[in-house]
Amino acid sequence: MPTRAETLARASALRAGFEEAGAVPVEPPILQSADTLLDLYGEDIRARAYVTSDALRGEQMLRPDFTVPVVQMHMAHGAEPARYTYAGEVFRRQEDDPDRPNEFVQVGFEVFDRTDPAAADAEVFALIADALTGLPVTPVTGDIGVLMAAVDALDTTQPRKNALLRHIWRPARFRQLLDRFAGRTPMPATRAALLAGDVAQDAPAIGKRTRSEINARIDALRTDAATPPITAAEVTFIEALLDLKDTMPDALKRLHSLADDVPAIAPAVARVTARAAALDARGTDTATLTFQASFGRASMEYYDGFVFGFTADAHPDWPAIASGGRYDALTRRLGQGAAIPAVGGVMRPGLMLELEGAR
Amino acid sequence: MTLKLGVPSKGRLMEKTFEWFADRGITLERTGSEREYAGRVDGIDGVSLILLSAGEIPRELAAGRIHLGVTGTDLVQEKLALWQQLVDPVAELGFGHADLIIAVPQMWVDVDTLDDLDAAAAAFRAHHGHRLRIATKYHRLVREFLQANGVADYALVDSQGATEGTVANETAEAIADITSSGETLRANHLKVLGDAVVLKSQATLWRSKSAEMDAAESDTLKAVLARLT
Repeated sequence: MPTRAETLARASALRAGFEEAGAVPVEPPILQSADTLLDLYGEDIRARAYVTSDALRGEQMLRPDFTVPVVQMHMAHGAEPARYTYAGEVFRRQEDDPDRPNEFVQVGFEVFDRTDPAAADAEVFALIADALTGLPVTPVTGDIGVLMAAVDALDTTQPRKNALLRHIWRPARFRQLLDRFAGRTPMPATRAALLAGDVAQDAPAIGKRTRSEINARIDALRTDAATPPITAAEVTFIEALLDLKDTMPDALKRLHSLADDVPAIAPAVARVTARAAALDARGTDTATLTFQASFGRASMEYYDGFVFGFTADAHPDWPAIASGGRYDALTRRLGQGAAIPAVGGVMRPGLMLELEGAR
Repeated sequence: MTLKLGVPSKGRLMEKTFEWFADRGITLERTGSEREYAGRVDGIDGVSLILLSAGEIPRELAAGRIHLGVTGTDLVQEKLALWQQLVDPVAELGFGHADLIIAVPQMWVDVDTLDDLDAAAAAFRAHHGHRLRIATKYHRLVREFLQANGVADYALVDSQGATEGTVANETAEAIADITSSGETLRANHLKVLGDAVVLKSQATLWRSKSAEMDAAESDTLKAVLARLT
């Protein structure tokens, strides 16, 4: 195991590399507003982040990552375009695996730039790939935006699309909804009775959710019950996309043929094509680079475009040595109306040193 | 030294535990005044009785300060991460049955499953500007359950007692709590979601995996286990 001093020295060196690439170093505080993080991630963040509190500021969280504070800082008073780098500890609760550290050092690089998203994606990926040169790691890339476009292209109602989009990051739930909208799961008896009007509404009104909200949902359920199911061909199309994992050139061929069938995903596929070209221009070997359409779905729900991760070849059970992606929607959520295309990635210097030591 | 047995210090749980041990020839009793938490063990040598709050027994077992302890499955699983590595169930005692469930107002005729709860939470958040609140004291169990079942847009709020009242008081929209008969739920105009049994719990005798034992204590443990199982 590398010492803390060795890890911090490597972190400084990596950050200096990002500074040379044009990034401004930033030092976000360790204590973050719990409200902001809870609003973004919901209750799941409590399982990941340490919470502390005082009587004055209420609940605070030890930063579980740097992205949120860097975005907040940029949205509050950043000039455009901007490139930031940082290095420091992040804190993660571990309740299931005693071998995973609850405190580790991350180094990151974030780009806020409207001009050429494909070039910005390639810039982040290539800088991180360069910093990992020589280590036995393998990258995987993906694009959540293609999956979102595919859901958007379904020939069905907007409420159904919204329900699927809301659960893009929860694969099991997504699958369940898709099966239900495709008419593949039987309606529960309680639902059938409700829609038939056989359920008495005589219970006393308590709580904040009002009768009009309940009636609105019953109306929505009636409308949904009268909506034709998503066709088997469309389900097959989504499945084909979710199963897609290949080298970039072959994946692009497959994506283009899917886009021939469903032209609505063509703009999203064009973004993958443009990114591949930008990666080539940066010297990345895309002929062997993996593209996996479902990659990044099980991570935190802020990536909405390009996603990537580098895993250690000899340690598939380790967390990613480096990972990142595009999070345009997050800047809109934190920007109070303002938004800017943004992409970034983080590295784990401690794991890099462990890999080097093991060789 | 003696083998330490932790038992809930009051109420029905203590009485039923005493009865269960008595049926197996081990007499447990409180000594001294009614307010003094001291106890005595007859019918087997080398065992001392430690009277504790049922909620503290998981922690004491995990720390190895008691060798055996009686408490609910719910408390062990809520309070101990990786509980399987810390304690072993020796015997289910057949009382103290309680299910950890999720309940919503009876008036929510459109919500009967977790799927409904998730959809209602999305609409609720859009309408009210905050997440649908679920009052509970079982944060970890409920969060893991809802996460595993893909429910989003909810928030857990802490409630250490009178949880069924939080909905009427508008400090929560739903609750997750232990129920045995469901009477309190009905009296508070709540109903259980059909597919939302987070955990089925009962009083259980646990053995600490970390408590140290000398030869005599080890022999006593064997004798106790032979008597009980």
